[in-house]
Amino acid sequence: MSFSPKEVWKEFVRSKLALVGLGILAVLILMSVIALVAMPAGNFGKWNDPTRWLAYPKAASPAWINYFTSNKVPEHMVLEPREVRQEQGGVSVITEVFSTNYGYDAFPSDFIYQYDANYKGSPLLQISVKRPDGLSTVLLSTALPASDEKKVVGGMVFSTDNSVKKNIENGIDFSFSTASVPSQDLVFSETNQNRVQKGLYEFKATFYDVDGSLTLDQSRFIVGGKAYGLMGTDDLRRDLAVGLLWGTPLALFIGVTVSIGSVALGLLYGVYAGFKGGGTDEVMMRFNDIIYAMPALPLLIILAVTVGNSIFLIVGFLVVFGWVGIAKVSRSMAMQIKTLQFVEASKLMGQKDFKIIFKHVLPQLLPYAFASIAISVPAAITTEAGLSFLGLGDPAFPTWGQMLHDASQYGAAERGLWWWILPPGMMIAITGLAFVFIGQAMDAVVNPKLRR
Amino acid sequence: MGFKRYLAKRAITMFGVLMATLLITVALVGSNMDAILKQSVSFDIRQQVTNDKSLVSTFKTTEQLDKYVKNQIDLRVRSLGLDQPWYTPQRIGLAMYKILTLDFGRAKFITSDSGSSDVKTIILEKLPRTILLFTTATAIVSLVGIILGSISASKVGSKIDRITSGFAIVSSSFPVWWVGILMIFLFAFIYPIFPARATPSLAVTDPGYFPALLYHMTLPLITLVLIGFGSWAYLVRNFLVGVLQEDFITAKRTMGIDEKKILYRHALRNAAPPIITVLALSLSGSLGGAIITEAVFDWPGMGSLYYQAITLLDLPVIIGATYVLTAFFLASIFLADVLYAYFDPRVRRQ
Repeated sequence: MSFSPKEVWKEFVRSKLALVGLGILAVLILMSVIALVAMPAGNFGKWNDPTRWLAYPKAASPAWINYFTSNKVPEHMVLEPREVRQEQGGVSVITEVFSTNYGYDAFPSDFIYQYDANYKGSPLLQISVKRPDGLSTVLLSTALPASDEKKVVGGMVFSTDNSVKKNIENGIDFSFSTASVPSQDLVFSETNQNRVQKGLYEFKATFYDVDGSLTLDQSRFIVGGKAYGLMGTDDLRRDLAVGLLWGTPLALFIGVTVSIGSVALGLLYGVYAGFKGGGTDEVMMRFNDIIYAMPALPLLIILAVTVGNSIFLIVGFLVVFGWVGIAKVSRSMAMQIKTLQFVEASKLMGQKDFKIIFKHVLPQLLPYAFASIAISVPAAITTEAGLSFLGLGDPAFPTWGQMLHDASQYGAAERGLWWWILPPGMMIAITGLAFVFIGQAMDAVVNPKLRR
Repeated sequence: MGFKRYLAKRAITMFGVLMATLLITVALVGSNMDAILKQSVSFDIRQQVTNDKSLVSTFKTTEQLDKYVKNQIDLRVRSLGLDQPWYTPQRIGLAMYKILTLDFGRAKFITSDSGSSDVKTIILEKLPRTILLFTTATAIVSLVGIILGSISASKVGSKIDRITSGFAIVSSSFPVWWVGILMIFLFAFIYPIFPARATPSLAVTDPGYFPALLYHMTLPLITLVLIGFGSWAYLVRNFLVGVLQEDFITAKRTMGIDEKKILYRHALRNAAPPIITVLALSLSGSLGGAIITEAVFDWPGMGSLYYQAITLLDLPVIIGATYVLTAFFLASIFLADVLYAYFDPRVRRQ
């Protein structure tokens, strides 16, 4: 029944299952470290901040699907300017040119011009486009909002703007009816039929400032695509790769904290009851029976609704329902160990109960405890994911269950947005699997009955 | 300790659990419940008074009317006992007594398909559907699991054994509801074979309702079986492998009894108690898990009802559904205990 830690470890790493589990776990920990270094904990809240995701496309598939299809889906493009500054008499003119070689088979979903300008007065802004066929048209001509003192004003021009469409219709002759065609489908279209015209497009944004002091802090031209990044985006323009990355440390935190908490609690409770025996044992085990027989999920739901759903509270609730099984097993183990001679001997020598428990009984149970910790992690992760999926999780943290909740809220399955459903569930399953592998391998080492 | 005493002890524990669960539920929702009840009382009385034209005309000023209404509300609140906080012993006792006698009151928002807002009627309507889905699933899962598990146990280390064990480990770490979403995605939208929403659009009274319900049940049933049978087979295998190592099996082998006969006649019978326990426990466990699974498939059972009640915070329904779910849960645990003690006499002699 007793093992030296070295022996256990040696046996443990001999199993292939354990190595696979440890390998996956190492990758997950690496992902967590990257997530925590690249995007510190305070940034979690930005997941739900729509202004952070403005420059991202809506419900875009992962970019790599273009390698597998002949019909190239337009990729999301954020164009950086080539700045050209000119002075014309007293009026300063800033012209920025954005160019892209458009080679996709479908129209982009929209285009947006975004700028942060530092000015005084009321400068003018004109945006125009030059197409591969040599035709060009003004897209928008407008005055920026007036400001009495010099300050930074941010603004956005959307392709859905009505005047943009009117300007295109006036500037270019299309031989098909343009009435129901959105402006991005006109800008990138052939003139004789509504099909994508491939080639070099040049967008020009020009600021005219009478005051002569205008400077541009930031400016970019976004050609909204239907494919983006490694994992695509969701309906709220959020980059799913970021969400999946952020979900990793959260899932590990929830899983590991809950399982360590419940195993520690269950172990102490069970060992104490088993060691004491008699009336103490009876009372403690009846209480254990009561918790054991309570329906966990309905009560968890009620607790989350009425008491609160902060991530720490949920971890606490999960521990409350998680320790009972372990307490039962460790009680029966403690009852066996109690009869061992060296334990009885130290009892006869007048050693205090707590000392015996901590010195002689608990160390014997440590291998079992480690195996139970690993085995109970997946259940904690899936239960939390289930609660989040029902919309009862902590909304401030982008857990994988939360992502799946959003996916089902926005009807991702019905709309075929597989990249929104598949990866979060896979992450839950893979994380669970890593711990199941480790736990199984450990169980095989510490539980000689399973060895064959 | 005799069998009867053992049963009595278990029954008392179960009743204690039921009461404890109820108490926790009542305690958790009690303060909200009071606020909602008081609101509805004042709303009811205001409406009653303003609808009664002759009564309204007897008041000269609006202050008088307000005073009258306030009086009426106070009277009603006192008669309902709402003037005392929910945690006074009388009120908790009354609430528990009402729940015990299945008097759950009326739902705030949710109605049954026939339009009744009586919580008992609603639950009685939803319960059979949950039992239908999950009992069928558990029956199929356990049958497939016992067969597969026996085959694996008889050929430990063979291909079929390794595939079964591997599938069990992998499938147990997938959340059932996520697989459900994938199944909907695959078989309701990519290949539209089954309906995505499990609630039939027919009226309950329609004679075609039951077949339609069965057809709508297929997708959730397949999902539950797919996720469930692997771990079942694995469990049965492990129990059987344990039994097959025991001395009496070796004795039978040396007597030259057919290996198949040993497996199905002797080993399986001795592995029966733990298997039956797991069967009862997985039935009760699936009832709890039904909340998410039913929400995914929109299956019109207890789980969906519970989820709806939570999202609408319809407290009478929450309390009623918790009570019924807990009662079923405990009943199956009790059944498991009884069966285990029946099959394995060592338990009651402990």
